[in-house]
Amino acid sequence: MSQTVIRAEGLGKRYRIGERERYLALRDVVTRALRAPTRLLAGWSNGSNHRGTNFIWALKDVSFEIQEGEVVGVIGRNGAGKSTLLKILARITRPTEGSAEIRGRIGSLLEVGTGFHPELTGRENVYLNGAVLGMKKAEIQSKFDEIVAFSEVERFLDTPLKHYSSGMQMRLAFAVAAHLEPEILLVDEVLAVGDANFQRKCIGKMADVAKKGRTILFVSHNMDAVTRLCGRGILIENGRQILNGSSAEVVSEYLARQDALSNTFEIDYAHQTFPEGGAYLLSGEVWQEGALTSGSDVCALRFSAPWCIKIRYRVTRPLNSITSGLRIADAQDRFVFNTAECFTESLNLERSTGDYEAICHIPQGLILPGEYSLDIGLDVVGGSCLQGIRGVARWRIINDDPILGRFQDGRLVGVIGSRIAPWTTRALSQGAKVEE
Amino acid sequence: MNTNSTTIEAAGIPQPPVLHITPPSRWWVLPVGELWDYRELLYFFVWRDVKIRYKQTAVGATWAVLQPFLTMLVFSLFFGKLAHIPSEGLPYPIFYYSALLPWVYFAASLQNATNTIVENQRVITKVYFPRLVLPLSATLSGLVDFGVSFLLFIAMMVFYGIRPTMAMFCFPLFLFLALLVALGAGLWLSALNAIYRDVKYVLTFLVQFWMFASPVAYPSSLVPAKWRWLYGLNPMAGVIEGFRWSLTGHGDPPGILLFASFLVVVTVLVGGLAFFQRMETTIADVV
Repeated sequence: MSQTVIRAEGLGKRYRIGERERYLALRDVVTRALRAPTRLLAGWSNGSNHRGTNFIWALKDVSFEIQEGEVVGVIGRNGAGKSTLLKILARITRPTEGSAEIRGRIGSLLEVGTGFHPELTGRENVYLNGAVLGMKKAEIQSKFDEIVAFSEVERFLDTPLKHYSSGMQMRLAFAVAAHLEPEILLVDEVLAVGDANFQRKCIGKMADVAKKGRTILFVSHNMDAVTRLCGRGILIENGRQILNGSSAEVVSEYLARQDALSNTFEIDYAHQTFPEGGAYLLSGEVWQEGALTSGSDVCALRFSAPWCIKIRYRVTRPLNSITSGLRIADAQDRFVFNTAECFTESLNLERSTGDYEAICHIPQGLILPGEYSLDIGLDVVGGSCLQGIRGVARWRIINDDPILGRFQDGRLVGVIGSRIAPWTTRALSQGAKVEE
Repeated sequence: MNTNSTTIEAAGIPQPPVLHITPPSRWWVLPVGELWDYRELLYFFVWRDVKIRYKQTAVGATWAVLQPFLTMLVFSLFFGKLAHIPSEGLPYPIFYYSALLPWVYFAASLQNATNTIVENQRVITKVYFPRLVLPLSATLSGLVDFGVSFLLFIAMMVFYGIRPTMAMFCFPLFLFLALLVALGAGLWLSALNAIYRDVKYVLTFLVQFWMFASPVAYPSSLVPAKWRWLYGLNPMAGVIEGFRWSLTGHGDPPGILLFASFLVVVTVLVGGLAFFQRMETTIADVV
């Protein structure tokens, strides 16, 4: 009865290291040719010379079948190759090897609001965005009222998009996306944006779509959404397909593989594009003077000493107000707090081109012993987000406090260090006779 | 499953299209059918470009007229009144404006087409559509500006009392040729610009040189007859002479010049399509 609608066979995508790095400039090619004409010619004549072994497989040997009406979650860490897989199926990029066969009208949602233009009005953007996502004009017209009602921005329909708040833009964008009705839908993490309320609405809409018998391939970090929406899951790690099974199975396997602690990180651009906007994150670490070491990794920080988070980034053109920021989450993925360079008033945020290291100093005893993870990002102050990367580091804070150490971890609740708020006690009356 | 699908087909239910995703091959085919499927998107891109252009500038439509009009004034003054360049018996303003009409359209279209891949990189990396739609829409949207500036030309013709001849029916042909030149060159440059970001700086010079290699500021009759065919290798030479001739009825129909131009256009266009198509498979990886 059910038909195979997606069949992937040995899909692989290879990138040359540096291919996605920075775009070339014609003048670089010319200067290189002038400096070393012989090398360039040698490279041309035998072809393989400068290519050599500098390849990276973002995806390798991925094969699966998806039946009509199935909702399949693709999970894996950042840079595992999930997005590459989705981009191949969406035909944005071509595979290096292998093939895929797709039966039916396909729609992809790799981002909400693709093609939005700030100068156009909300109404115009609905049409433009719809057309970019593959809807016919007649289709958009017939669904227009529904889209507008869903977006809750009726009143501003004839206002240019640039006057919308980011929340309104997001609602409008998602309203269009939600009315995209292809037979097969490819969705990438678009639900990870917006506030919790909005996310809930989006997940609800996805569940509706799934109930209508459409085939959905869903890439996500949100394990909860994957378990709830998807019947089946595919786990990808380092470009390889690790597991293809029930979503519960795949999620628990993913979580089991997540545990590794690491206090240093480097952003790997072989797997992701450079952000636009003139700056990008390079690397960083969670650091503490004389932290307990285990091998080369320093993952355990002492509670009773200050520590810091270092974020290194590169500015590729002069920017006048850029800030790096960070967000710490506890083991249950609840956010502990976030902060950014721009919160420190005395800090000059003008950056000429070059590499920078921003250090956030965390006072001792601020965060309770436990396991924490770090998200980092780059923002234009009061403007757009240039880059945001989740889960770059994971570390443990150990209880070395002479006083708190006497308490079991379970006795200390929450995340704020129990000694951050000191006590004073004074006598209201002393030595008087008190009834028992 | 195979038998299953044949029975469905036999029952007359339309089968969903089957899409094959494979590594890029060395050969290219012009995706005519696919372009046709995406004609609405093409329309929306043209519509967007036009809307934005007329929204962002406070002067709106006058901007389209201002550029060729002011250039015409400058040319008339310096090349005409001061340098006394022959104008084939036409009043200088008509002589220059009739050439600036196709030239300004061409230069703007080429510029837009070159930048279109880079400007739309967000869309390119998020959604699939035949990338050919982008340079195509860039050259088509310029036609609106052309139309606006053409209105001024009609007014000028009336003002100078020049009656168009039957040759004016040929003018759409020359306009089409200008579009093909802009598209052909735009295909090359937009793909190159996606890989080498400084192509757009080169383009500024290219357009400047190209204008002086075209009979915009002077008639092509200044070029010695025996070199005329070589001059025709610049396809815009044939286009501009054709415009002047068809709109004003003055001068000679561009015979050999046009023929040479036509051959070059076809070569550049076919080459551009092939090059662009080859680049298309990797564009999303490099922008």
